[in-house]
Amino acid sequence: MAEITYREALKRALREEMTRDPNVVIWGEDIVAYGGGGAYGVTAGLAKEFPGRVRDVPIAEEAIVGVGIGAAMGGIRPVCELMTINFALVAWDQIVNHAAKQHHMFNRQIQVPMVIRSPAGWGRTASTHSQTFENWLASIPGLKVVYPSTPYDAKGLLKASIRDNDPVFFIEHLALYGTKGEVPDHDYVLPIGVSEVKRPGKHLTVVTWGRMLVETLKAARTLDAEGIELEVIDLRTLRPLDLAPALQSIRKTHRAIVVEEGFRTLGLGAEIAASLQEMAFNDLDAPIARVAGLEVPMPYAKNLERATIPFAEDVVAAVHRMMEKKY
Amino acid sequence: MDKDSLILLYRQMLLIRVFEDKSAEMYARAKIGGFLHLYNGQEAIAVGAVAALRPDDDLVTHYRDHGYALARGLSARAVMAELFGRETGTTGGRGGSMHLADVSKHFWGGYAIVGGHLPLAAGLAYAAQHHQTGRVVFCVMGDGSTNIGTFHAALNWTQLWRLPVIFTVENNQYAMGTAIANHSAVTEIYRKACAYDMHAEQVDGNDVLAVREAVCRLATRARNGEGPALLEAITFRHRGHSMADSDVQRPKSQVAEWKERDPIPAFAEVLLARNLVTPNDLEQIARDVEAEVEDAVAFADASPEPARKTLYEGIYAEPVSNMQIDGSLIGPPTLGPVIFKNGVSKHG
Ligand SMILES: Cc1ncc(C[n+]2csc(CCOP(=O)(O)OP(=O)(O)O)c2C)c(N)n1
Ligand SMILES: [Mg+2]
Repeated sequence: MAEITYREALKRALREEMTRDPNVVIWGEDIVAYGGGGAYGVTAGLAKEFPGRVRDVPIAEEAIVGVGIGAAMGGIRPVCELMTINFALVAWDQIVNHAAKQHHMFNRQIQVPMVIRSPAGWGRTASTHSQTFENWLASIPGLKVVYPSTPYDAKGLLKASIRDNDPVFFIEHLALYGTKGEVPDHDYVLPIGVSEVKRPGKHLTVVTWGRMLVETLKAARTLDAEGIELEVIDLRTLRPLDLAPALQSIRKTHRAIVVEEGFRTLGLGAEIAASLQEMAFNDLDAPIARVAGLEVPMPYAKNLERATIPFAEDVVAAVHRMMEKKY
Repeated sequence: MDKDSLILLYRQMLLIRVFEDKSAEMYARAKIGGFLHLYNGQEAIAVGAVAALRPDDDLVTHYRDHGYALARGLSARAVMAELFGRETGTTGGRGGSMHLADVSKHFWGGYAIVGGHLPLAAGLAYAAQHHQTGRVVFCVMGDGSTNIGTFHAALNWTQLWRLPVIFTVENNQYAMGTAIANHSAVTEIYRKACAYDMHAEQVDGNDVLAVREAVCRLATRARNGEGPALLEAITFRHRGHSMADSDVQRPKSQVAEWKERDPIPAFAEVLLARNLVTPNDLEQIARDVEAEVEDAVAFADASPEPARKTLYEGIYAEPVSNMQIDGSLIGPPTLGPVIFKNGVSKHG
């Protein structure tokens, strides 16, 4: 099996689905010409392979999503790229009031089989360009939210999202695009709504997703040396949220930490910790802890930026606090 | 148009008028709740436009949608039942007055976020272009909707891709209580199209035949690949913005003046002058329409409320079992009941 990047895995998913289904189209800003295919290169080359089906669109996010919804209603399977997730705010009405409502509000007469792809992330881009909104998105009935952390999951879940008959917000991460992992050449699809144990361990459960999986696995390797084994659960889908593997894990480890990149207040970690405690209170030996981003608008300065985002050392520190009963 | 088609236009306008008056009465009697935006005074636009379109042309409307639903042939029963919030309504009591729909009749729904439906109409038009169905999309909105971002984004995009959409603005000269001169820098709405190099026309929205003719012309253009158009239909509503509006903002004299230009009696005059109907025929039509609306009310009143157990249905296209049990998010669709340490199964 070849090792490929997360970016390449996404592109292969797009190529395979476009080949399979002539109704799949890709729309986004600067995805055809600029830098050879999108601000982050995911669609590079696809416009040549699929003439007319990969198109540049105006910088009007409300229309990118809204026209996508209408096309999906009419039997197209649009994959709409928002250059970064920060710009999804411009399209918020279309995402929340339209994409997510159509099927239920019109009593199942209308389906919206579309995918909105967009990267979260940061990189000296300051406060308006360094955000993540998965907690907002995952709170909306009618929407599915997928956030893969590995190239393997990225390919299998993007294919599933394109085939899904509901609107899927598919979150990527700038810092993951260049990461590598094994991806089989054959056509495989992963189920939406199923989380996965990415690493077995017996002392403490970490529930995480997206780029924080990378940091958590790094922390796990550090803690191995101290004889502390983390069991790491990757949610992969944030709505519907599959907490079953986390529950099973807690029954074994009796301790859990949720690690997320976004803000702590009303973050997805708050929901996960609350749900797990409701369902597994008697299994827990310690309160569920959270590692999250600091609640400041992201500064530009390198040191300040780094200080706001959780890294492996923050996970290690949280594990130490829990093992030392400092809560 | 032949005689029967012309008489049908009259009948449809009158049906809408009587239906709306009855809805107001049902609202006052608390049979209908929430927002209720009535179409009195604007009937000629929906009726003229729908008559100009093919039955498989797509309709996308704003929340003032009863007229379009009835003109497109949704039954008065199903529409009234929806206003009552009943299982037999057009969306089974999910959408209410502002979200009528019947996709089998290519009526893709009323939308309640001002301007929010314009990109959807563009997308449906893309689907028509992609699949080469020859359909056009008729998308209607109020004058107040021409200031919001989606209006401009949708006009630009549809013109850029030559998508077959007729954007129709029912310029009733007010957005809720704000007169057009106070909400739009350009009060001749059709002129806004020139920013996007889009074809535009203005029509008397109280003249059903003029509306029909304009929409015919624009639909032919769009079908021939000549692209979208903006149609401004000048009109006025006889009632307040919604049933919640006491209508104190609009000068009484202006309202009275426009009631003089009521599209329905005006069209009756045309039919009489052309000897297509007698006064007796018109009275018969009125009696038929009254009966149809009375029947719709009886039907709605006798219809059941949607069953509580259907509450979670249709949030997703395929059931997501972990969300359907009680709305909480537990396991994947394939997972059985979650068994807790104390042996109690909470889900499944
Ligand atoms: C985005 C948004 N802002 C505000 C409202 C509240 N609202 C509903 S209708 C309306 C007036 C719209 O007027 P117009 O577009 O002229 O349509 P009309 O009601 O006159 O048919 C307003 C402000 C809304 N539904 N959506
Ligand atoms: Mg108006």
